[in-house]
Amino acid sequence: MSILLDGLSLGAVYALIALGYTMVYGIAKMLNFAHGDVIMVGAYAIYSTMALNTNPFIAMAVAIVVCTVMGIVIEKFAYKPLRGASPLAVLITAIGVSNLLQGIAQLIYGSTSIAFTVANFKTVHILGSEISVGTILTLVVGAIIMIGLTLFVKKTRTGRAMLAVSEDSGAARLMGVNVDKIIMLTFAIGSALAAFASLFYIIRIPSVTPTLGAMPGIKAFTAAVIGGIGSIPGAMLGGILLGMIEQICKHNPTIEAYTTAIEFCLLIVILLVKPVGLLGKRRREKV
Amino acid sequence: MGYVSNVKKTFKLKYCFNYIGVAAFLVLMIILSSTGVLSRSAVNLLPKIAYSIILAVSLNLVVGFLGELSLGHAGFMCVGAYLGSYFSIFLHNYIDNSLVCFLISLVVGGLLAAVFGFIIGLPALRLKGDYLAIVTLAFGEIVRNVFKNLSFFGGAMGLKTDKIKLQSSTLYIVAFILVLVVLFLIQNLIRSKHGRAITAIRDNEIAAKAMGINVTYYKLFVFVISAFFAGVAGVIYGHYYTPILYSAFDYNYSIEILVMVVIGGIGSISGSIIAATVITYINFMLQNNLSGDLAAVRLLVYAIILIAIVIFNNAPALKPIKDKLNFKNLSAKLFKKKESTIVDDDVAWNRIESKIRMDELLSIDVKKQDGEFSDPDKPTKEGK
Amino acid sequence: MADIMLKTENLGISFGGLKAVQGLDIEIKKQQLYGLVGPNGAGKTTVFNMLTGVYQPTTGTFYLDGEELKGKTQEQINHKGIARTFQNIRLFNNMSVVRNVMVGLHNQPEFKCSPFVSMLRLPGHFDSEVRMRERAKEILKVFGLYEERNNLSCNLPYGKQRKLEIARALATNPKLLLLDEPAAGMNPHETKELVDIVKYIRDEFDLTILLIEHDMKFVSGLCDEITVLNFGTVLAQGETKKALSDPEVIKAYIGG
Repeated sequence: MSILLDGLSLGAVYALIALGYTMVYGIAKMLNFAHGDVIMVGAYAIYSTMALNTNPFIAMAVAIVVCTVMGIVIEKFAYKPLRGASPLAVLITAIGVSNLLQGIAQLIYGSTSIAFTVANFKTVHILGSEISVGTILTLVVGAIIMIGLTLFVKKTRTGRAMLAVSEDSGAARLMGVNVDKIIMLTFAIGSALAAFASLFYIIRIPSVTPTLGAMPGIKAFTAAVIGGIGSIPGAMLGGILLGMIEQICKHNPTIEAYTTAIEFCLLIVILLVKPVGLLGKRRREKV
Repeated sequence: MGYVSNVKKTFKLKYCFNYIGVAAFLVLMIILSSTGVLSRSAVNLLPKIAYSIILAVSLNLVVGFLGELSLGHAGFMCVGAYLGSYFSIFLHNYIDNSLVCFLISLVVGGLLAAVFGFIIGLPALRLKGDYLAIVTLAFGEIVRNVFKNLSFFGGAMGLKTDKIKLQSSTLYIVAFILVLVVLFLIQNLIRSKHGRAITAIRDNEIAAKAMGINVTYYKLFVFVISAFFAGVAGVIYGHYYTPILYSAFDYNYSIEILVMVVIGGIGSISGSIIAATVITYINFMLQNNLSGDLAAVRLLVYAIILIAIVIFNNAPALKPIKDKLNFKNLSAKLFKKKESTIVDDDVAWNRIESKIRMDELLSIDVKKQDGEFSDPDKPTKEGK
Repeated sequence: MADIMLKTENLGISFGGLKAVQGLDIEIKKQQLYGLVGPNGAGKTTVFNMLTGVYQPTTGTFYLDGEELKGKTQEQINHKGIARTFQNIRLFNNMSVVRNVMVGLHNQPEFKCSPFVSMLRLPGHFDSEVRMRERAKEILKVFGLYEERNNLSCNLPYGKQRKLEIARALATNPKLLLLDEPAAGMNPHETKELVDIVKYIRDEFDLTILLIEHDMKFVSGLCDEITVLNFGTVLAQGETKKALSDPEVIKAYIGG
């Protein structure tokens, strides 16, 4: 039971990050490799604010602002000039941005990990198992955000514009949608979600390092691809699936050491069976 | 119109240039080290330069010529390093000569890595672009994770290779001769009908299929060959460092190799050679001179150079400025390299597609005119 | 029956609920010039895509020279003897003109050479390479592209790119050549030249040619028989002049 809930909450973290990947992919048709490092930026933002003011809510607000601005800045300076260039070029730039962010963090904060806790969470007993309040908080907030995002995309004008751009950006532009603005907004939302993810991540692992974002970034990316990159429910499904599998593996001593390998094997197997992921849409190239 | 004439002649010059350059570098290094001008640490660096060149050139085969992105090149190297060196240690029990063990295990390590290249090439048949990139990345992480946990390869402590380790002063000579061999094989492949088939797949997979090119075969072939050479580089690594540690082959290392390829120019072998040499050297200098957290400067500098180069080469907005500067012709003259191709490909396609759209628009216009012809009739009828 | 090169039986395909092409029956005799015409979106290119294995037909089948080719991959179909050009030109842009044709020659048995022979530069490599280049040059001469052989294919003018695509397809030594709007984007002079070339290669290389074209002058000047498609179904079929004067066809074209 506790493994299951723990898996769900880790899955929620992955899903939040995966949403950032998947939305950007859906709309700008690019892999934002630097997304994982935005989480790292968020974590440092929380850490720095907490050093001044002990209120975690203010720290969270600062992290959201910092991440959002960071997302917009990255988009404007690194990706926007490459709109329309080959995907390989964009991907390589994204890798460059990822290294850049890690380098900056390392220069400011050093490369050693700094341990700190956001808040001390009590544990509660649910159905006979001990569960941290942090885990529950992650689950609840994660669920609210995901429901909110789904509603936003489906019900609002801007959300529908986003869908239109992801279907066909050229046609959307002709219909009067400001594609540049939508892409910027997507980066902003994705980065804001990353800020939440960074909070939940450091609740789980209470320390910060410049490479903190790399592993969850890649895992969430994997989750997004498993779910079908470009699909919002797919990212949620993939994230939760991956989180559950990770927790189940970690609590099984015989396969614990191979957790990473198992997760990535799952990715390869799923892609081989379904090349566009579980909920991805197939795109046919016109001949 | 800027026709590129005499394609044949420039190609020949270009390929000779690579052999001569590497051979001259090797001879120079032999002279410098035997006269004692070269410091010990510099000689120590030479094998690393050699295997970096092999890695960059073999990755360029996938990225530049097949046009697929691989983020798991370090994974193949890891396989070669662990398995090749393990074999070498085993062989050492029977053959006392380290050099002979090394040469045999090169082939073995390469072949075993090639097997993995085949396995990872299989998804490459169904997946493209970003999806394939994530699979190769996943592959690299799987390999690392597995080697970390296999106790007979030393587990988390790494595989100790003191027994088979070669002196850098001999290793670099062998390694650079290997570089020449690898260059010979890869350049010959590119310059043959098979190389044409591979670039045809990159340029236009649909057309290549329609021309009867066996896309499956060539994709697998390129992955296998590229993995083979990465494995060879891994075996060199195994006879150079001790212990072989799984953590050295993380995806950042794959990316570092990719950076060499990109900075050298995607699709340019000479560029890869030069970039691999220069970047390995700069890395070495920076690592020696920047201690502690200042090491981040290295990361920063690379990141900025990488972004700048990619944006400069690819940004549609910069195209007119670039044409004015004629930077490409200049660099092409300097390095005798073929212009980096993927960009031009895209631009040319846009042009053709826009022409076709114009045709379509025109035909639609004709239809509309038909409609207009019938429209004026209506009011007159009503008028009657 | 022996003189039938291509025969389709009830050939059809649907994407989801949309029946893009249905119930297509065509018989093309050897050495015939056959036209496939119809308004935009009639499913002409889809027919080509089925015949070359890009799409798998959902109903019916087709035979080339008596051999059923349904279910084969694009490569296999090309090896069996169907080559094509594309509506939106698909040349290998970063290769010179002569190399484009050499890619077409890739699978010809007389130029067989294993990759390892090439990598080690064994004698067989040079032999096949030189002969391939010579053969490619010969083909280019037919199309008047010999002078341009060392230019990058993307630098060619539009009309010549179309010709190069035909040359490249021809290099695969097909029995049946599918031309998708070969005259699109050509000026009247080039179009006239193309008519001569198509007739010439038909005789010289013993080809059967199936072509899609909008230019009615081109079609009536070249094709003996045509099939007119509209919304994926056959509207008229038979001798060119007759089929074009069919009232249904006129209605589909002029609108009514």
